[in-house]
Amino acid sequence: MEEVKDLIVVGGGAAGLTAGIYSSRARISTLILNEGAVGGQMVLTDEIANYPGVEKTNGYLLASTMKKQARDFGCKIKSNLKIKSYDLEGEIKKVALEDGREFKSRSVILAPGGSPRSLHLPGEERFKGSGISYCATCDGEFFTGKEVIVVGGGNSALEEAVTLTNHARKVNIVHQFDHFQAFQHAVDQAEMNPKIEFIMESELRSFSGNGVLQEVSLEHLPSGELTRKSIDGVFIFVGYKPNTADLKGIIELNEHDEILVDADMKTSLPGVFAAGDCIQKKYRQVTTAVADGTIASLSAADYLRS
Amino acid sequence: MLHTELHEVETAAELEKLISENENLMVCCGRMGPMCIPVYGVMEELEEECDNVKFAVMAFDSPEAGIIRNDEACRGFMGLPFTMYYKDGKVAKATSSIQNMQQVKGILDEHFCTSDVNA
Repeated sequence: MEEVKDLIVVGGGAAGLTAGIYSSRARISTLILNEGAVGGQMVLTDEIANYPGVEKTNGYLLASTMKKQARDFGCKIKSNLKIKSYDLEGEIKKVALEDGREFKSRSVILAPGGSPRSLHLPGEERFKGSGISYCATCDGEFFTGKEVIVVGGGNSALEEAVTLTNHARKVNIVHQFDHFQAFQHAVDQAEMNPKIEFIMESELRSFSGNGVLQEVSLEHLPSGELTRKSIDGVFIFVGYKPNTADLKGIIELNEHDEILVDADMKTSLPGVFAAGDCIQKKYRQVTTAVADGTIASLSAADYLRS
Repeated sequence: MLHTELHEVETAAELEKLISENENLMVCCGRMGPMCIPVYGVMEELEEECDNVKFAVMAFDSPEAGIIRNDEACRGFMGLPFTMYYKDGKVAKATSSIQNMQQVKGILDEHFCTSDVNA
């Protein structure tokens, strides 16, 4: 007979793993389906020093411990898979994978998290790791003495641009607006740095090179003028987007594609809850994701009891 | 030290031994950073299902990892991790920067025929 779980959790980041821990410990049969590596954005954090009760750790270790806790309570975890479709309206919810497998449950917690935005420009995938990077701390040293571009205008972009000046000869910040979204202290740090130049109201249009990145084309947005610029590297920091593309038209999202939930993490569909970076909220921290996951798990337990 | 569930290669000599003893070998050379950890996660997952491939990691900053950093196949690489695929003692493929499950599986299928072996 086909197994119907009590709960499927979509996503294995801080929110999803917490939901898995709480639900499994409450003897709710729980399956976590996770599209990427277990731990989500949490594993990308080098040092976590503000997680209460843990003096200092890194995201990978914290995620590994959460994963072990969930598994020890009986939670099943399947990761690095691709979800094809959702059927969340009936009493029995269905999640289908691209490999043909389908899983069923009486309730669902959506915690798919978010992922870094890419520019989706010609040549971007080809030069990833050969001149295009998404992590200054990881790859900055490969650009020692070279000239690079940082794309973005938020805190990450400006802070990483300053970090890159430790290695690069010159850092150009390319931003689409005439002002930055970053906090003023981050803007001040960048503006005071003599190695940083600003190319405002401009966007990249393409990447080119022979084996490695050598040139980009830039559009000055007010004039529409296109120019080509020789460059050694491009670092892209244009924010995060919620991983909710497959949920459009299924549950209610806001204009930023974030899932709308109430205080109990209930979505617009009965028996479907959401937690973590995918929901509409102001602050995104490991601690807030853990809190969301806890609430969603307890709400799902209430729903299953009723 | 890399905190993963994968075997960590500590010396160049050990890597050479692994290369010579394993028909199919995938080694991810990186740090505990945002571009590397997802690749380790993919490898941990695949290790459970690909019996014909040996999976290992190596710390990028170890002097011993020069055997990978300086490999001709990694010329022009400017993104961590450097991931090496060895087939019958030779480099079959090398990639730079983050790779997802689909990309890694594609390489394993192409060079190590994993889809046939583990079908």
